[in-house]
Amino acid sequence: MKFTLSWLKEHLDTDEPLEKLADKLTMIGLEVENIEDKTKALAPFSIARVISAEQHPNADRLRVCMVDTGDGGAPVQVVCGAPNARAGLVSVFSPPGTYIPGKNITLGVGTIRGVESRGMLCSAAELQISEDHDGIMELPADAPVGKGYAEWAGLGDPVIEINLTPNRQDCTGVHGIARDLFAADMGKFNDPAIKPVKGEFPCPVQVTVEDAALCPGFALRLVRGVRNGPSPEWLQKRLTSIGLRPINALVDITNFMTFDRGRPLHVFDAKKVKGNLTIRRARAGESLLALDGRTYNLDPSICIIADEHGVESLAGIMGGETSGCDENTSDVLIESALWNEINIAQTGRKLGINSDARYRFERGVDPAFMVPGLELATQLVLEMCGGTPSENVVVGSRFGEDRVIDFPVGEVKRLAGIDVPLVEMKRILARLGFMVAGSGPVVKIAVPSWRSDAHGKADIVEEIVRIFGIDKVPETPFGRGEEPRKAVLTPMQLRTRRARRALAARGMVEAVTWSFIAKPAAELFGGGQAELALANPIASDLSDMRPSLLPGLIAASQANINRGSSDVALFEVGQIFGGDKPNDQLMAASGVRHGFASSKGLGRHWSGTAAADALDAKADAFAVLSAAGAPMQALQIVPGGASWLHPGRSGTIQIGPQNVLGYFGELHPRALEALGADGPLMAFEVILDRIPEAKQRATRAKPVLELSAFQPVSRDFAFIVDRKVKAADLVRAAQGVDKRLITGVSVFDLYEGKGIDPDKKSLAIAVTIQPREKTMTDQEIDAVAAKIVAEVTKKTGGTLRG
Amino acid sequence: MTDLAQLESRIIADIAAAGDEAALEAVRVASLGKKGSISALLATLGKMSPDERKTQGAAINLAKDKVTEALAARREILKSAALDARLASETIDVTLPLRDAPAETGRIHPLSQVWDELTAIFADMGFSVAEGPDIETDDYNFTKLNFPEGHPAREMHDTFFFNPKDDGSRMLLRTHTSPVQVRTMLSQKPPIRVICPGRTYRIDSDATHTPQFHQVEGLVIDKESHLGHLKWILHEFCKAFFEVDHINMRFRPSFFPFTEPSLEVDIQCRRDKGEIRFGEGEDWLEILGCGMVHPNVLRACGIDPDVYQGFAWGMGIDRIAMLKYGMSDLRQLFDSDVRWLSHYGFKPLDVPTLAGGLSS
Repeated sequence: MKFTLSWLKEHLDTDEPLEKLADKLTMIGLEVENIEDKTKALAPFSIARVISAEQHPNADRLRVCMVDTGDGGAPVQVVCGAPNARAGLVSVFSPPGTYIPGKNITLGVGTIRGVESRGMLCSAAELQISEDHDGIMELPADAPVGKGYAEWAGLGDPVIEINLTPNRQDCTGVHGIARDLFAADMGKFNDPAIKPVKGEFPCPVQVTVEDAALCPGFALRLVRGVRNGPSPEWLQKRLTSIGLRPINALVDITNFMTFDRGRPLHVFDAKKVKGNLTIRRARAGESLLALDGRTYNLDPSICIIADEHGVESLAGIMGGETSGCDENTSDVLIESALWNEINIAQTGRKLGINSDARYRFERGVDPAFMVPGLELATQLVLEMCGGTPSENVVVGSRFGEDRVIDFPVGEVKRLAGIDVPLVEMKRILARLGFMVAGSGPVVKIAVPSWRSDAHGKADIVEEIVRIFGIDKVPETPFGRGEEPRKAVLTPMQLRTRRARRALAARGMVEAVTWSFIAKPAAELFGGGQAELALANPIASDLSDMRPSLLPGLIAASQANINRGSSDVALFEVGQIFGGDKPNDQLMAASGVRHGFASSKGLGRHWSGTAAADALDAKADAFAVLSAAGAPMQALQIVPGGASWLHPGRSGTIQIGPQNVLGYFGELHPRALEALGADGPLMAFEVILDRIPEAKQRATRAKPVLELSAFQPVSRDFAFIVDRKVKAADLVRAAQGVDKRLITGVSVFDLYEGKGIDPDKKSLAIAVTIQPREKTMTDQEIDAVAAKIVAEVTKKTGGTLRG
Repeated sequence: MTDLAQLESRIIADIAAAGDEAALEAVRVASLGKKGSISALLATLGKMSPDERKTQGAAINLAKDKVTEALAARREILKSAALDARLASETIDVTLPLRDAPAETGRIHPLSQVWDELTAIFADMGFSVAEGPDIETDDYNFTKLNFPEGHPAREMHDTFFFNPKDDGSRMLLRTHTSPVQVRTMLSQKPPIRVICPGRTYRIDSDATHTPQFHQVEGLVIDKESHLGHLKWILHEFCKAFFEVDHINMRFRPSFFPFTEPSLEVDIQCRRDKGEIRFGEGEDWLEILGCGMVHPNVLRACGIDPDVYQGFAWGMGIDRIAMLKYGMSDLRQLFDSDVRWLSHYGFKPLDVPTLAGGLSS
């Protein structure tokens, strides 16, 4: 919402300076976004006279002008390309150092084709005061040379732009804004009663409203014998000051009423309207050429005004071209109506029309002002265009409701924590137009017709507090209350935090990627369901909710590779979607490694260079699981499992086949190709929600530590086994021989190659035997060792390496 | 006795001449070994008269002790020299550059870090952390929050929708984290003190808007909390979060459907070559919206607005993170550029605590 200071002062008698008014507007909820003061922005531009204009020696289209800038000094030489630069012309001059808004440059002393130029003669477009760039400005011969142009031209009326919140329909007009400032003690409110204009004859056009829900009120009047020329200068200035284009008096009056009073009107050229008017829903197939020059196809959800020709106007949004008023209009129909807010909003959205009328009607206009608005508009028409008014035709009976709120005055203290004396409350409310009856503790408050946003006690508190001053509400310390100090994070929140730090501690960098990805990528990872596809995605590659973090991470890693960082280790901990129910949303921790971004460290190094491999991804997954509190001993690793991973270089992490916690491995070449990513690429994904919750323990003390008095014994064994034998099976076989005595089995060597059958491998394990009751004899240890060899042979077919 | 003295001095000379431990051992064997020269002299004692034995025995044993001592001393010197020689040959290039430890190169995203900072501050004030789904119903995202059907306030939120279901309803991506407040009020009895951080979505994309962003909201419901408390909490929060001793704040009336009265909050700052200083300057920077929970919202969530009252606030996590840490372009938060992440990210051990200072 834009207006100028002088416009505001039409409604508010005030001597307050602009800054104070602007601050007050902001502090009562009408946030000032911008104040444009052209006299400041255009201060360096002054009025000057061209003394002489000679042909430039080296350029046909340029002239060398000597300019009297009125500062008493010598004439200034300016090279000018405008065709109208001539001796005697009074125009606008800017010296070097001036910022030229229309060109977005700062002027310097220049040499143009060998001739020095010390300034510029300007067009209106260069000052951004109009579109006109046909030559430099031509001012009257008696314009005062040397004076500031903006001030002389009357551009000194600051334009105030406020960011109007959608509840304040009463402030879509300058009049309402003035009322708020009046309530805030910023001046005297000019609010004279509007006198009805007596009709001289009955209105010949009848109005039928088919659906009162769409059109709760409609008022119309004919004015015969108008002359519709340009509107008076004051009105044109009002409109241009806020960026509107004056058209003709009748149209300008409707625009003026829109911004002055928040009361949109429509004017029809009565001679172009056939018969009576009907307000109804559009019929399928109907269309309208609107005033913006576009044709809109209509349907029954849209409310229109029709005559016997058909559709003449989009109700409350925009008029039709064919019945519009122009300089030939002699009889005018003025319409002032009420429309259903929701229908206006829906229609505007559907047709893509953002008109000043829609802006107001969808917020809701003051229903009680429908008829007074028509009277005021009629007065203006008579003043500017003459003519004879008809009587009003008014359809509808009750315009607005009488809303009375029972208000316990203690509500202000209860909700806002501030003491406001009752007389002050009453004064504020009265100035805003509320009527207050009673003296407490509960008063009755009648809400004015223009405040459709005020419904209940809280709204009244807001009115009082915003005018009284939010800054006067004292800050009140907020104690912690009686609650004991305890952890506030849920187990899932803790898992999420720990997973992040565990992965970062492994040298990975945390990324945050988009929640939506391209459909093919979603499908590749088991997503792409219809219920997870956005109806209005922002781009086709951001169309489906992600079923996995990996497509986003893979794209992110590829972007880094393309930027020249080929050794990338990225992770993300974030939400993934299996469906559109709350329980379908899970928290995943995932990561990718590419190039020399192995667990050991980043890049090539003299101490050893390793490309990331599938087991780095396994280690990442295990780091997450351990940090998140998973029962590590219960985890099972099953080869393969995910379609997007290399079948031979990947694994599934599970606790039984029913609870899959995640996957790790090398990306499948086909998945890489589909995603346009370079391989080999290692990846893992762990679903944090699937980690079983640890049992709550009654005490924080750790279990009692049992230290054996006897030294543990270590024995090494190397087995030759088939290559397909899983190390985990061999370890489990050894472990299973005696769960009490054998406290540790580690794999310390893996060998494949020379000296061993091509389909075999050598796995060497170190077994730790912990004697329990007494030191074990060599024979007893040998007996355990023999059992280990026998058990491993039985379970894996392996033989002890000779 | 010149023989014994000669022998002794010859052996001592041999010891001194021994160049390594093997040569020294040979001297020992030749003197003190079974067939050594001193051993041989000792063997002669048996044939002597008691008097002779007494004097000779003492002399020979003295010589033996001297030789033994000399041997030990020489051995110590040779051993030490050998060690020095070995160590002299065992050199490494200590200027070789180290490999960066993983914990040095790993990074926590600034958003996660700020998330942890927020939690630390509000946990200290007795708030717990509530979360909810990103995919929401129209009812929880709008209707229960007092956005009337078709009201222009809904258009302030450019909403991502899913396709309509058979019954005509359609899910959407939450445009704010307020549905978590609704879920909290529906599932918990007052008093309520929660913050609700989470990812939110609106159709928007330019330097200051991305289609996804993050919010943290706060909600307090009890029988006495009012605007004065709200102002105090937000003031305390801003000082703690921006880690300054004082900060000027401006609360001004605004409008949100779900609060009444509603306020927007600006903080005073000074912009200096891309850096923002808080607690000084002339500029006002909007950072959050807040207000008393609207009675219609309380009612929709089964709470009697005449008995209970409370307030809520919401702010952009991305925005306050950018303000605090001097990041200029919102889009870079989601660009996953490792150069940016390494620069603006945090090391894994930089865990924010109030005791240690959030960012130190």
